[in-house]
Amino acid sequence: MGILEIKNVGKRFGGLQALNDVNLSVTENTVHAIIGPNGAGKSTLLNCLVGKLIPDTGSVTFQGQSLLGRKPHEINQMGVSRVFQTPEIFADLTVMENIMIPCFAHRDGSFKLNALSAVRGQGDIKDQAEKILEDVNMLEKRNMHAASMSRGDKRRLEMAMCLVQEPKLLLLDEPTAGMARADTNNTIDLLKEIKEKRDITMAIIEHDMHVVFSMAERITVLAQGTPLVEDTPDNIKGHPKVREAYLGEAQV
Amino acid sequence: MLGIEKRDLSLLVIVAILAFCAPFILNPFPTGSAMAQFNAGYPDLMQRFVIFGILAIGFNILFGLTGYLSFGHAAFLGLGSYSAVWMFKLLGYNVLPGIVLSVVVAGLFALLIGYISLRRSGIYFSILTLAFAQMTFAIAYSDLFGKMLGFSLTNGETGLQVYTSDPQYFHSDSAPNIPHLFGQEMQSTFTWDVAGWSFDFNFGYYMCALIMLVMFYLSIRIFRSPFGLMLMAIKTNQTRLNYTGLNSRPYTLAAFVISGMYAGLAGGLLASMDPLAGAERMQWTASGEVVLMTILGGAGTLIGPILGAGFIKYFENIFSKINEKVLHSWFDFLPESLEYGVVWVLEHFVGSGWHLTLGLLFMLIVIFLPGGLVEGGQKLAALFHRKKTEDTPADGAKTPAE
Ligand SMILES: Nc1ncnc2c1ncn2[C@@H]1O[C@H](COP(=O)(O)OP(=O)(O)O)[C@@H](O)[C@H]1O
Ligand SMILES: [Mg+2]
Repeated sequence: MGILEIKNVGKRFGGLQALNDVNLSVTENTVHAIIGPNGAGKSTLLNCLVGKLIPDTGSVTFQGQSLLGRKPHEINQMGVSRVFQTPEIFADLTVMENIMIPCFAHRDGSFKLNALSAVRGQGDIKDQAEKILEDVNMLEKRNMHAASMSRGDKRRLEMAMCLVQEPKLLLLDEPTAGMARADTNNTIDLLKEIKEKRDITMAIIEHDMHVVFSMAERITVLAQGTPLVEDTPDNIKGHPKVREAYLGEAQV
Repeated sequence: MLGIEKRDLSLLVIVAILAFCAPFILNPFPTGSAMAQFNAGYPDLMQRFVIFGILAIGFNILFGLTGYLSFGHAAFLGLGSYSAVWMFKLLGYNVLPGIVLSVVVAGLFALLIGYISLRRSGIYFSILTLAFAQMTFAIAYSDLFGKMLGFSLTNGETGLQVYTSDPQYFHSDSAPNIPHLFGQEMQSTFTWDVAGWSFDFNFGYYMCALIMLVMFYLSIRIFRSPFGLMLMAIKTNQTRLNYTGLNSRPYTLAAFVISGMYAGLAGGLLASMDPLAGAERMQWTASGEVVLMTILGGAGTLIGPILGAGFIKYFENIFSKINEKVLHSWFDFLPESLEYGVVWVLEHFVGSGWHLTLGLLFMLIVIFLPGGLVEGGQKLAALFHRKKTEDTPADGAKTPAE
C-alpha cells in the first residue's frame, strides 16, 4: 500500500476525457516520475490530488485518508506540497518574504493574529529562511522582487517555499522547465540531497529525460489520460510502446 | 525605538510634528490678507483632517494590504457616530464611553458584515459590502428598528442628537453641557494673535491628533508584523497562500474587523466634536470618499492615506468656499467679456461644483501617478537624487532563462 493511492480516477472537461481510469500507487520514500506528451493529463492529475479539481470518478487517498473534498490548505496541512507548472509565488514581495510566509505558516494551519510583533525580530524564522535560500543558491537574491526574476529562479523559489515546509509528499510539475542546464543540475542535486536527508516522497512530472532518469525510481507513462505502462527506469527505456508513444520524439 | 524600524520611526515623527504644528502650518496667511481664504487652520477643519485620516489609515489596512476593496466603510463610520451620541444621551457628555462604544459596535458589525461578504472576493465582495452599507443606511434613515422597538433609535432623517430630557445618568451640574473629556471641553480653543496672524489651538483637535498618531503607530506595527505579511500575501497570490496550508479567511476577516474598528473610532470622534449623528454619514458617497482618499494618497503605503485624507478635505474646504464673487475679483484684470467667459467656466469647478474638480484631480493622479501622492513624492525625490543613483544597477535586470 503506497503513501498515495489513486484509484480509477476519471475527469472530463466538456467533451474531453482528460483522465480516464487512472490507477497509480506511489510508494513511500520513492521518487515517482510521471511522463507523457503535452495534454496527456499530467497536470490535471495533480490538480485532482491537491484539491484544485474534484475527479468525476474514483478515489485518492494519502496515508490512508481520502483527499477528495478537502480544501487545498487542508491537504497541504496533511503534508502535501506542490510546485506548479507556472510558478505560483508571491510576486509583489521579496524573495525573503516569499520564504518567510511558509515559515510563519503553522503546520496545523491555525490562525494566529500576531499583529504586533515585527517580522524583522523573528530571528529563528529568518535563519530558517536563509538556510533554505542557501540550499537553492538564492541567498544573494533575497532582497529581490520575486516578480523581477527569471522563470527558472521563480521555480527554484517556489521549490524552496515548498521544501521549507518539510512536506511528506512533494508534487513537482515540470520543476526544471525554463531553467538553464546548470540550474537543472543543481535542482537535481538539491532534490537528491533532501531525499537522502529525510523521509520524503516525490511525484515529479518532467519532460527532461535527463532529470527523469537521474532521479526516478518508478516511472508511469501517461498518454491521453490513461497510464500506458508503469515500470522501473531501465525497463521504461527499452519499452517499445513507450519509445513509440513518447521517448522517440523526446530524445530527438 | 517603540519596536519599529528607524525609517518608520522617522515617518511617525514627521507626522507627529505636522500634526502638532498644524495650527501654524495650515494658517500661513495673515488673517486680513486676500489669501486668508486659503487658510485651513481652524478647529473644525483640522479636526476633520485627523479624523478622516484615522478612517483612511484603517481602510488602508484592509484595502492597501489585502486588496479587498470595501465599498461600505461609511456604515461603520455612521455606526460609530450613533453609538457615541447614544452614550452622550444615556451617560453624559464625557466622550470617553462614547468613543469606546463606537469602536466596539463597529467591530461587531464588521465581524458580521465581513463574515458574510468575505465569502466572495473581487467585485462581488465590493458589491456585498456596498449592499450592506446601503441597507444600514436605509435602516438608519427610516429608523426601522426604532419604530419596531417603539422608541427613536436613530431619529430618522432628523438625525440623532442630545436633548435636555435625556437621562445622562452620570452628568453632574459642574460638568460642561457639551462634549468634554473629564471637564475639558472639546471646543475650547486658545487663539494666539500675533502680528496679523491668528492661530487656533483647539483641545478637540489635539485629542483627535493624538489618537490619530496612536492609530498610525498601530498601523505601522500591523504593516511590519507577520500578520501584515500574510495580508500582503493574500493580495499578491491568494492561491499560493492556500497551497501553503493557510486558510485566508481568518486573516481577511481580522483585517476587515480592524479596519471597521478604525472607521467606528473615526465616527465616534466626529460625534464627539459635534454631538450629532445622521444617516447621510453612511451613504455610499461617503464610502466612496474614503476609497478616493486611500487611492489618491497611495494605497498600501503607510503615509498615503493620511496625505489623501488631508488633500481631499483641504481642497473640499477651499474649493467649496470659492464663489463667483471671488472669481471675479481674481480675474478683473482681464477685459470684461473675457473675464465673464473665464468665470463662467471656472465657477462650475468651485463651490458646490468642487466634486468636478475632485474628479479631474483623481483622474489625473490615477493616470499619471497610479501609486498616488506617495509615488509623486518618490518621483520628485528620485529626480533630486538622480546623480547619486545613476551608477547603481537596477536589480532584477536579469533576462529570463528561456
Ligand atoms: N480546467 C480545464 N478546463 C478545460 N480543459 C482543461 C482544463 N485543464 C486541462 N484541460 C485540458 O485537459 C487536457 C490535459 O491537460 P493537462 O493536464 O494540463 O496536460 P499536461 O499537463 O499533461 O500537459 C488538455 O487537453 C487540456 O487542454
Ligand atoms: Mg502540465
